[in-house]
Amino acid sequence: MNLLFPVIAVAAAFLVGSVFVLLIGDNPIETYWLLIGSALWWPDGIGYTLFLATPLIFTGLAVAVAFRAGLLNIGAEGQLYVAAFATAWVGIVLANVPATVLVPLCFAAAIAAGATWGAIPGLLKARFGSHEVINTIMMNFIAVALVSYFTQYHYRTPGDPILQSAPISANAYIPRVGELIPGFPERIPLNLAFILALVACVLVYVLLWKTKWGYELRATGSNPSAAEYGGISVRRQIVLAMAISGGLAGMVGINEVLGYRHRYYDGFSDNYGFTGIAVALLGRNHPVGVILAALLFAILTRGGIPVDAFTQNVTKDIVQILQATIILFVAAEALFRKPFQRWLTSSPSR
Amino acid sequence: MADLFTVSLIWSTIRLSTPLILAALGGLFSERSGVINIALEGMMLAGAFTAAAMTYATGNPWVGLLTAIGAGAGVAAIHAVACIRYRADQVVVGTAINILMIGLPGFLSGAFFLSSGSTPQLPIEQLIPLAPIVMAFAFVPLTWYALYRTPFGLRLRAVGDNPEAADAAGIDVAKIRYTGVLLSGALAAMGGAYLSTGQSSLFTRNMTSGRGFIALAALIFGKWKPTQTLLACLFFGFTEALTIQMQGVVKLPSGEDIPVQFIQMVPYVLTIIVLAGFIGHSRAPAALGVPYAKER
Repeated sequence: MNLLFPVIAVAAAFLVGSVFVLLIGDNPIETYWLLIGSALWWPDGIGYTLFLATPLIFTGLAVAVAFRAGLLNIGAEGQLYVAAFATAWVGIVLANVPATVLVPLCFAAAIAAGATWGAIPGLLKARFGSHEVINTIMMNFIAVALVSYFTQYHYRTPGDPILQSAPISANAYIPRVGELIPGFPERIPLNLAFILALVACVLVYVLLWKTKWGYELRATGSNPSAAEYGGISVRRQIVLAMAISGGLAGMVGINEVLGYRHRYYDGFSDNYGFTGIAVALLGRNHPVGVILAALLFAILTRGGIPVDAFTQNVTKDIVQILQATIILFVAAEALFRKPFQRWLTSSPSR
Repeated sequence: MADLFTVSLIWSTIRLSTPLILAALGGLFSERSGVINIALEGMMLAGAFTAAAMTYATGNPWVGLLTAIGAGAGVAAIHAVACIRYRADQVVVGTAINILMIGLPGFLSGAFFLSSGSTPQLPIEQLIPLAPIVMAFAFVPLTWYALYRTPFGLRLRAVGDNPEAADAAGIDVAKIRYTGVLLSGALAAMGGAYLSTGQSSLFTRNMTSGRGFIALAALIFGKWKPTQTLLACLFFGFTEALTIQMQGVVKLPSGEDIPVQFIQMVPYVLTIIVLAGFIGHSRAPAALGVPYAKER
């Protein structure tokens, strides 16, 4: 049952998408074949798909952890921007520090910045009861403006027409998969951060289901008043959950800055934070589900490029339409649950 | 010179506030009925695209405006059905609609206008630059009247604050909420239509650039009340007008420019402060975000 509805939701979304494709006079089967086939082609298709899945695993995990504590973190987008800038900042300022020290420092900067940006709406909720959804939305805009200010006024290479920071020190680079596995092309930006994302999934799983603290977090999420009565400080859980969530979102900065662009690039996020909501939701807020859902959304994003180029009328915008429809169908699961239960109760008995 | 600066600043404040007022009033109808609407952004985009595309197709901006209102209500209907009938999470559905409306206009304009996300330029005689401004400001007292002086307004507020009691009093909770959400789509779409066929003369990808969220912030800043929401919209419109006009004009005593980014942050920072209760308390409708399940 747990897996059935997400699968139905994805199938239904593809069906809706094909109506749109037919509407503008293209062939949905060809379009989907191009979309999915090109994203799984070895090595470029798969390499880029895994590269694109990396930020989505982080943001999906971020939203899932918050959700388990009963919080909706719409602010992963802002958290990852602040974190990406922070990690770039450390990589620029501490340029002469050796790699063995600098790389961990850059990791810590990304996680700490994301965690701080996440903890603020957590604190506001715990202290003043203000809703985390509104505050995380507001924090997104503040984050974008803030890092854009620092980039533009303080860390841009003079004369650079692009709004981006100066490059980080080569000591802060993390290796691409092509440097680790012989035969895998080095031009593909898939990097160590992908492995880190998988490790984060394991850690989140252990944390949530194998530790006392995770139990308290989930208790807070499922019934805050019972948790409070059982001696759990709900306020503390809210702040902690938002900080961890923000820290996970912040790890996107590791992939983007240390593994890929080697500088902070203004506006780099392709809605990773918001797609993370879809990833968590589709993945049932479970780390394994998050990986699968992140892969699906990465396939869509990667596959959108050839769709744009090689179909008559369909543009890569089909990807957003599919994403949105998947979220809608997963969110409005009752749409399928009711007929399904009716079918379950009626058919075997007759 | 100073006068010219002031007059044009006031005028651009009014123009820039207009889409915010329309969208925020829309948000008011939805949220006072108890349905969170973070999809104002998407509904504005639906209106902006439809208005520009239909004005281009028919040559008549009023047809554009009317179809935009229809499109906004249509998008709102998705939100309403998912949230009210299927009791989906209202924030998640809102996010989905915002993502959908980034993609759908691009998808359609790619097919119909062979462009990458924008509609063709409209001639100046096919624009309606003034009427939406008048409408936006006229809608504020109308909304106030509807909210506080009509049976519909009473029911809307009752459903948003205490759906159980409203239900017990014989009010159809779902019906009132559908009305609230559809109105929010229609109004937000008008705001979007003004962006593409009043303030500018074409639709471009993601042209609302966060205005739906600023409208939401204004609604919260205005404590979900029409008059205060209007003032919040004017204030946020003013900060936007300032960022446009003051680039390189206003300087700190030290001689440096005030960075635009700090002025852009103002609405968001203020909203957080107000929500935390530092400047008066902003109280949401009591049943905001809670799906209503009729007891049997």
